[in-house]
Amino acid sequence: MAFESHAKIERNVTILAVLTLVVVMIGGLVQLVPLFFLENTIEKVEGVRPYTPLELAGRNIYIREGCYTCHSQMIRPFRDEAERFGHYSLAAESMYDHPFQWGSKRTGPDLARVGNRYSDEWHAQHLVNPRDVVPESIMPAYPFLKERLLDTTDIAGHLKANRTVGVPYSDEQVKNALADMQAQAVSDGDPTDLQRRYPKAQVRDFDGDPTRLTEMDALIAYLQMLGTLVDLDAYVPEQNRR
Amino acid sequence: MTSFLQAGAYLLFGILSLFMIATATSAGFAIHGVIILIACILAVVTTVGRLQPSPNGGWIVPDTANGGYHDGVIKAGVIATVFWGVVGLLVGVVIAAQLTFPTLGWGIEYLSFGRLRPVHTSAVIFAFGGNALLATSFWVVQRTCRAQLWAPGLAWFVFWGYQLFIVLAASGYVLGITQSKEYAEPEWYVDLWLTIVWVAYLAVYVGTIVKRREPHIYVANWFYLAFIITIAMLHVVNNLAVPVGFGPKSYGVWAGVQDALTQWWYGHNAVGFFLTAGFLGMMYYFVPKQAGKPVYSYRLSIVHFWSLIFLYIWAGPHHLHYTALPDWAQFLGMTFSIMLWMPSWGGMINGLMTLEGAWDKIRTDPIIRMQVAALAFYGMSTFEGPMMSIRSVNGLSHYTDWTIGHVHSGALGWVGMISFSSMYFLAPRVFGVARLYSLRMINWHFWMAMGGITLYTASMWVAGIMQGLMWREFNAEGYLVYSFAEVTAAMHPYYLIRLAGGVIYLGGALMMVWNIWMTAKGRVRDEAPLDAGTPHNPHTDRPLVPVGAAQPAE
Amino acid sequence: MDYQTLRTFADSWGLVFMGAVFLIAIGWALRPGARTSNDDARMIPFRDDEAGQ
Repeated sequence: MAFESHAKIERNVTILAVLTLVVVMIGGLVQLVPLFFLENTIEKVEGVRPYTPLELAGRNIYIREGCYTCHSQMIRPFRDEAERFGHYSLAAESMYDHPFQWGSKRTGPDLARVGNRYSDEWHAQHLVNPRDVVPESIMPAYPFLKERLLDTTDIAGHLKANRTVGVPYSDEQVKNALADMQAQAVSDGDPTDLQRRYPKAQVRDFDGDPTRLTEMDALIAYLQMLGTLVDLDAYVPEQNRR
Repeated sequence: MTSFLQAGAYLLFGILSLFMIATATSAGFAIHGVIILIACILAVVTTVGRLQPSPNGGWIVPDTANGGYHDGVIKAGVIATVFWGVVGLLVGVVIAAQLTFPTLGWGIEYLSFGRLRPVHTSAVIFAFGGNALLATSFWVVQRTCRAQLWAPGLAWFVFWGYQLFIVLAASGYVLGITQSKEYAEPEWYVDLWLTIVWVAYLAVYVGTIVKRREPHIYVANWFYLAFIITIAMLHVVNNLAVPVGFGPKSYGVWAGVQDALTQWWYGHNAVGFFLTAGFLGMMYYFVPKQAGKPVYSYRLSIVHFWSLIFLYIWAGPHHLHYTALPDWAQFLGMTFSIMLWMPSWGGMINGLMTLEGAWDKIRTDPIIRMQVAALAFYGMSTFEGPMMSIRSVNGLSHYTDWTIGHVHSGALGWVGMISFSSMYFLAPRVFGVARLYSLRMINWHFWMAMGGITLYTASMWVAGIMQGLMWREFNAEGYLVYSFAEVTAAMHPYYLIRLAGGVIYLGGALMMVWNIWMTAKGRVRDEAPLDAGTPHNPHTDRPLVPVGAAQPAE
Repeated sequence: MDYQTLRTFADSWGLVFMGAVFLIAIGWALRPGARTSNDDARMIPFRDDEAGQ
């Protein structure tokens, strides 16, 4: 008798828990899973490539400092946004982003196409003290970026981890990760190899100090490439109806 | 025996933390190793230290509950809720001040808005809200099952393990350890730790339900159970990641558009299941209990439960309107978000109507007053939410401070008020005293909270709508009228009002700290009773009209 | 599986299925036999025998 009622009770809470799990799984299954299988989820465009090691390091600084709490990287198809920030963002442009940085709030402007809009000097000055160049800005100051040497530990490991989650870094790219990272900002060497591995990579001293590889170099290299990879004049929306 | 096994497990974690410290290439990871090491030492000491020699040889854990309910862990939960509530609100005030006066922060990396903002959101959602849910769920499940907690030692593990999660998460953000997924910022090893703690939580909860003496599982437990199960699912799927070697940094397995939808499937259901379903569990127990009346309609509560959990899970895409997410997903998200309005209001009506026949208590009982305000804010934000999920409305509201206002009317109004009222209910009971230190101070807390919310939400509505309209304004020549910086400058007065609202709300919470502190010490404030006022007729639930006063025409 | 197939399924059988599930859930809660058990269940919070509660 005692055993019987116990079994029944246990069955009840199990049924409740299982039913709950089934009910809350339906939405995710129907919404999330097709995104991985529907071929038109990501537009067919040319030019998107994995980040250079320096850009990736810059992106990690962007993440570390919580830039996404105030800046979006997702331009919506509105007239004012096109005017202010450029062509609306494509899913393809963030296909190698682990994690995505679309953001949810614009306390500051959208950065999806900020690349090549301002000079490196402007960015360096703005990051050291935003109000020097934009008096109305309410952005925090990041003077330490310029002083701190970039952590180059295990940069190849970063590329490998990205490869594990699906970013197509080649063996060659992984092998040359550290050299590529330095070549992009401080060395006077020949950038041909780097630019062959990473088309459209911008190679120069970003922070105004060619002798050192700083966090400022990495962050500006990342910002200057944002939105510069895809030739949007060649994008035909009608071919990518979703 | 199990205690020694436990101590051994903690020792293993201690060795792991030594390994973390030894191999760390960043200060942040080493600091986390030290925090974990300290936690492990404390855990070993307390696990072994509480053992007492058993009369028939060996060692036993003394039964602190003395055969009654296990309320020690709930007492700890009440203290933690109040503590983290103040921390979370304080950090919120600090970052609101930074948006108003941007030089606060002085270029120090640990004090920048971008690092402190996740501290604020995690502290209020997971530390304050999470501890409130832990404490109340352990209280409710024992009372409504008329059973002791299953594995009370494990319940203590859940409590302290959860505090460790909070400390690691918050210190990580300050040190720059984050994976940048909103409300899921902690890195992979902190996520793994939370998963262990969460499974233990589920085990304690289900274990207690299994050994219940009440044949029916009361509906509050359904909501708590759905919260625990769904958060487990969301947490695991959203946080799947590959670490770089043995270091703090990881790369999530999802990318771009799929990552965005996974994140907001998680993010919106952190709202739906953490901040709504869990707190509805709280509501379905504490409102009837404080009112002394059973819930208005038990049937409605069941319909409420199933429709709420079914619909909520679909609502995530409304965070991604007009983005590169395919349109079909956006429309699906919008449709379900709008439908969600119905179960939400069903729940609100169910809660409010529980007071039918006891409306006078709003006047005389400040805890009921808080509960009613919480339900009113629940109703308000669950109307506003579906409205904002309509694509054309969202086109204006998204990326603006309107969203911030919406979130805070739910967080400060619904989550804050229902949690405060539950803490006031629990405090005298867990501290074993006859009554709260002061009822009048609850009333002051109530009005300060209301004042704070009003300033906060009103300023953010105005700021948000203004921002959205200014961004999209074109002049006759076809040029944008305002630069981005000009719109930012125009926000200053509203950010100042928001800051004032936050300070006032924090002031109310500090009043609660004092009140509960004094209650714990067993003190009673010398004050005029609150319910001395209006005489009323309990049958008609109307105030008695004094003789000679004009009768209202009816 | 392309978008169109999924879409067609969602707004035909999918919709019918979800509607049916919802109606069954509501029906179950409102069925005549549920009244007594519901009346009993809603009193649960008041049943624990602690002093002073």
